[in-house]
Amino acid sequence: MNTSRVFAFKPMKSLLTTKCSRAAITSGLRRLACTPSSCPRVCIVGGGPAGFYTAQHILKAHPAIQVDIYERLPIPYGLVRFGVAPDHPEVKNVINTFTQTAQHERCSYHGNVSVGKDVSVEELRQAYHAVVLSYGAEVNRTLGVPGENLAGVYSAKDFVGWYNGVPCNKDLKPDLSGETAVILGQGNVALDVARILLSPHDILTNTDITQPSLEALANSRVRRVLIVGRRGPLQVACTIKEIREMVNLTGTRPDMLSADFKGIAEVLKDLPRPRKRLTELMMKAVQATPAGDGLTSRQWGFRFLRSPVEVLPSPDLTRTAGIRLGVNRLEGSGDGARAVPTGETEDIECEMVISSIGYQSLPIDPAVPFDPRKAIIPNAMGRVLQATGLYCSGWIKRGPTGVIGTTMNDSFDTARALIQDIETGVLDISTVKPGSQTVTPLLQKRGVNPVSFSDWEKIDVEEMKRGTVVGKPREKLLDVTEMLKTAHS
Amino acid sequence: MAASTAVRMSVGLILRFSRVSPRCNLCNLPGLNTCTHTNGGSTRGSIFDPFRNLNRSLQTSNCVYFSEGVNTNTEDPKDFVNVVYIDRLGKRIPVKAKVGDNVLFLARKHGIDLEGACEASLACSTCHVYVKADYYDKLPQPEEREDDMLDMAPMLQENSRLGCQIILMPELDGIQLTLPRVTRNFYVDGHVPTPH
Repeated sequence: MNTSRVFAFKPMKSLLTTKCSRAAITSGLRRLACTPSSCPRVCIVGGGPAGFYTAQHILKAHPAIQVDIYERLPIPYGLVRFGVAPDHPEVKNVINTFTQTAQHERCSYHGNVSVGKDVSVEELRQAYHAVVLSYGAEVNRTLGVPGENLAGVYSAKDFVGWYNGVPCNKDLKPDLSGETAVILGQGNVALDVARILLSPHDILTNTDITQPSLEALANSRVRRVLIVGRRGPLQVACTIKEIREMVNLTGTRPDMLSADFKGIAEVLKDLPRPRKRLTELMMKAVQATPAGDGLTSRQWGFRFLRSPVEVLPSPDLTRTAGIRLGVNRLEGSGDGARAVPTGETEDIECEMVISSIGYQSLPIDPAVPFDPRKAIIPNAMGRVLQATGLYCSGWIKRGPTGVIGTTMNDSFDTARALIQDIETGVLDISTVKPGSQTVTPLLQKRGVNPVSFSDWEKIDVEEMKRGTVVGKPREKLLDVTEMLKTAHS
Repeated sequence: MAASTAVRMSVGLILRFSRVSPRCNLCNLPGLNTCTHTNGGSTRGSIFDPFRNLNRSLQTSNCVYFSEGVNTNTEDPKDFVNVVYIDRLGKRIPVKAKVGDNVLFLARKHGIDLEGACEASLACSTCHVYVKADYYDKLPQPEEREDDMLDMAPMLQENSRLGCQIILMPELDGIQLTLPRVTRNFYVDGHVPTPH
């Protein structure tokens, strides 16, 4: 019995795959399969983890809802493709689940559609019973210090986008000719950037890192990376896995200051387990820091209680030559401790500054409420305040923090709220909504040619084919025009 | 190894397919706010719990990837392991497993709501479960990478493990695994907020 249960899925799966590759026929069947009144239609804005997890839970928890996912780029998966570091392929396994969701018979993917520009949120609300905004956080928070625009200063978002193949970052071409890079911020993105900067070439060659960035990194002269945070060792925002990878990174050694950890050993035993293990690991790195400061190998280290004051220019004022940091002290303790400037400053010579102080969401459409202070859509459990039928999930809902698992739970919550609203009648599904049947012609009228999931699969195949040639899992297409050409070939 | 990886992946794919099936009565509704189940155990205090059962060393020390699929070829009753999942609503779900089965894939097979986003590659903590104390002590020690991932799990407890790293052995017969209530957005007292 068990056997039949497991293997019964196999033919169903292949049937589904076949169906999906014949999108037109499928959508026709779909329309026949449910009467309009029994087909609540939901669209999701954003094809990243938040969008896919929201779709996944809606499809699983409701037997009839049709879900359309709209994504600005032709390609799906958002930060799983563009944020997750190339040397973390295991994290990208979530793509398999997302693919299953996209191929679900009640789900359609519409790439290359920029909501807010190609189609308004109001138009989507007309076409769907509910609209879920899951479009994430698209800009880097700015430092707001003098010198921020000098050559040699990059946002982590652009830098990550460069090595991960975000089309708009492909021409970043960061200058890697200097010896020291200072990263401002101590989150996982900062650690990813530090690791990519210091990784031996052969660790990256068989990842899906873009070829131009791989070649640039091979010629990089960066030997020292300092990761600067405004608070202390007990407040670092990264997770232990990322620090452990730094500790274990071949050909590098830590460069930590033991003075930063004075008094930490005494409080260790009272810390919650995750913080305790993370701090212990950093203290191990302190012990592994050799005396003297000769640049014998590539090195990395944390610098604590420092805030950027000014990026210092070279004598000819054209590029970065250093950074002035304000020295802070902590007020309070634990996660809630605040950094207070002491008025002292110190300068670090560096040729490169990467600001990794967080992402920030932007408003998508004037019709959608937006809290400019928190840079999120004001919501209660994913229900957008004062906007029945509008929901949000992921970073736009709670701010740009947490790992994929956090976004997963948060997106499931939004899906539950939405379905609860359908079942309690808060969300009226008695009227017929046309969904993509009106949106797609509208887009075509406006000169937008959406990319379906099977179109994306053509890009996918092409990327993997190009990857094979160079011994990588994939070689990402870097240009939207090329993506569209491949998709619509 | 390559062959077992292929099998593992194909079983994973097949099982995964079932996850977005509409026929799921476990998460039909916002249900989590009605959960009254509480999980035993206090906040985990130490990485190296000195009170853990020493007989771990008698078991396979590296059994993580032995069988991530779900064995279905069952003949000998001695090969069965009885497992009880307690889902996020507090409902007991007894299932029969085969020795070598992996707790994550077994849960998926039975429609139990355990995500396993990274597919047992120790890159997430979405298959986090609480293991009933007697059985927790019988499990091999978590490896460092599992502990690192557990540190990211919401509502970590002393008896927390990743389901994908638990391989069912005969001595685990009767094991009880509780899924944590992960959601923070619903009220824990069962209060249903008024929608606006």
